[in-house]
Amino acid sequence: MKNNKLLKKICSRWQIYLLLIVPLVYLFIFSYLPMGGLVLAFKDYNVRDGIWGSPWVGLKNFAKFFGSSKFPLIMRNTLTVSLYSLIVTFPIPIIFAILLNTLGGKKYKKVIQTVTYIPHFFSTVVMVGLIFQLLNNRSGVYGSLFTFLTGETAPNILAKGNWFKHIYVWSAVWQSTGYNAIIYIAALAGVDQSLHEAAAIDGATRFQRVWNIDIPSILPTASIMLILAVGGIMNVGFEKVLLMQNNLNLNYSEVVSTYVYKIGLASGITDFSLSTAIGMFNSVVNFILLVIANWGSKKLNGSGIF
Amino acid sequence: MSKFKNYSTRDKIFTIIVAVVLTLFFLVVLYPCIFVISASFSSGNAVQAGKVLLFPVDFSLEGYKAVLNTPKVWTGFRNSLLYTVGGTLISLVLTMTTAYCLSRNDVPGRNIVMLFFTFTMFFNGGMIPTYLVVRQMHMLNTPWALIIPGALSVYNMIVARTFIRNTIPDELMEASMMDGCSDIRYFLKIVLPLSKAIIAVLVLFYGVGIWNAYFNALIYMNDRNLYPLTIFLREILLVESIDPSTVADPELQAKIASMAGVIKYALIVVTMIPIMMIYPFIQKYFVKGVMIGSVKG
Repeated sequence: MKNNKLLKKICSRWQIYLLLIVPLVYLFIFSYLPMGGLVLAFKDYNVRDGIWGSPWVGLKNFAKFFGSSKFPLIMRNTLTVSLYSLIVTFPIPIIFAILLNTLGGKKYKKVIQTVTYIPHFFSTVVMVGLIFQLLNNRSGVYGSLFTFLTGETAPNILAKGNWFKHIYVWSAVWQSTGYNAIIYIAALAGVDQSLHEAAAIDGATRFQRVWNIDIPSILPTASIMLILAVGGIMNVGFEKVLLMQNNLNLNYSEVVSTYVYKIGLASGITDFSLSTAIGMFNSVVNFILLVIANWGSKKLNGSGIF
Repeated sequence: MSKFKNYSTRDKIFTIIVAVVLTLFFLVVLYPCIFVISASFSSGNAVQAGKVLLFPVDFSLEGYKAVLNTPKVWTGFRNSLLYTVGGTLISLVLTMTTAYCLSRNDVPGRNIVMLFFTFTMFFNGGMIPTYLVVRQMHMLNTPWALIIPGALSVYNMIVARTFIRNTIPDELMEASMMDGCSDIRYFLKIVLPLSKAIIAVLVLFYGVGIWNAYFNALIYMNDRNLYPLTIFLREILLVESIDPSTVADPELQAKIASMAGVIKYALIVVTMIPIMMIYPFIQKYFVKGVMIGSVKG
């Protein structure tokens, strides 16, 4: 009887299932088939035998990556850039949103918001082109200002490998702070204004109101964003790093994802299996971090993403 | 604010500090944008010598002239425009259909389907397996390789689904169904017209995404006639396009060297034109879209 009811319900909604066929097939082909392709990581791929025919090699590809001389360097770079990035680019939009929320003038607020969104729409290529132009030690803003202030030619920071991480992270602050703040601005707009009024009547200073009302009210949003950020820690903005790389900074800028690309597609002798193994290592580490962060967040404040 | 004079001294100081910090940040973001525009309208020599600081120096359009005389800029612009329009349409159809189906809470099995979608947000096959699938589908070196693999963003789909759930009341559906409206008809005649705001947001998200993408083209394409603008941009902006030393005429050689900077600035401005043209129209929706996304779906 119960089964009959379910069947009837399913039949009455047949058009919905019909609509879902294309998206499901699409997702299967472009998301789940590649996941199946991860078996490559445990094989020694050759074109003649294809994915399924190539011989199994167990964990050989992983061992090859962990044992390679490049492994420590790549891990160091990946973690340096991503942790640095997280520490800087996570709190700044929150601070920005809170400050903007405290600011009185509505029109001025609007202008600041609109202008700070704009760089978000620059493509990575344009952004990196911009970085190179503006930080040029002769013709860029950096060079011009440096010469203007000191009368000397500026040092070429683009050629210095250890400057790579600073340029990478702070250009991201420049590009995305306004955009990333939107979500917090939205959360702050939802704060009950009577709380502020009551606190003001009780003699709370503006700073105290920010600290005790605004910050607690965006904490749930912030913790979700943090979980997502931690879950992507191994995903250094790959496109940007690749474009910013040159021979001078390669020792500081080679990260896991750019290495995956080079091993798999860009170098003369491509090794699909090794590249897949490294990529898989990357995904698995991310996934584990995501689960841990989610678990921690649930323990601490009861909210997580799943 | 008019109430400012009523503030206590501590509040006044706090408010002033906030205003100063925000203004500084505002200027830091704004300045490079103005610099780029000013530099693009300056003469090549002024840019090369680092004379441009805020306003154009020796106003000239030579940068733009040079950009418009570069055939690959036109090719890229045309291709990117086509890919963006076509890709956005495909993405919209896929996203809205899925979002509508999953917004319905009277469909058995919807949670499993939802899980099937969300799982892909957190785990994926990676570069090489995806590349192999695209190759297997015979999409290499066709525009499809740029449009199809990223056509459905699960994140955007969840945003759209949350929007449909929150703005279109269930009663409307019940009433329509009572009048014999089918699920597909309801989607086309009721849900889509009521979702204009979210569609605007999706157009912006997907459109900007495709317009700005370069990596898929880098790995999937090798026919120069099909390259999107970003690949040519990369060549011109990041890989020096013309090596001045290969030009024999010394006068022309100096000219090219001096033009290198201004061309890049002009090119950056030209690339931003389409986005800046649609941005004002969609801006208010787009803030709304991000806000909807922030509501847990």
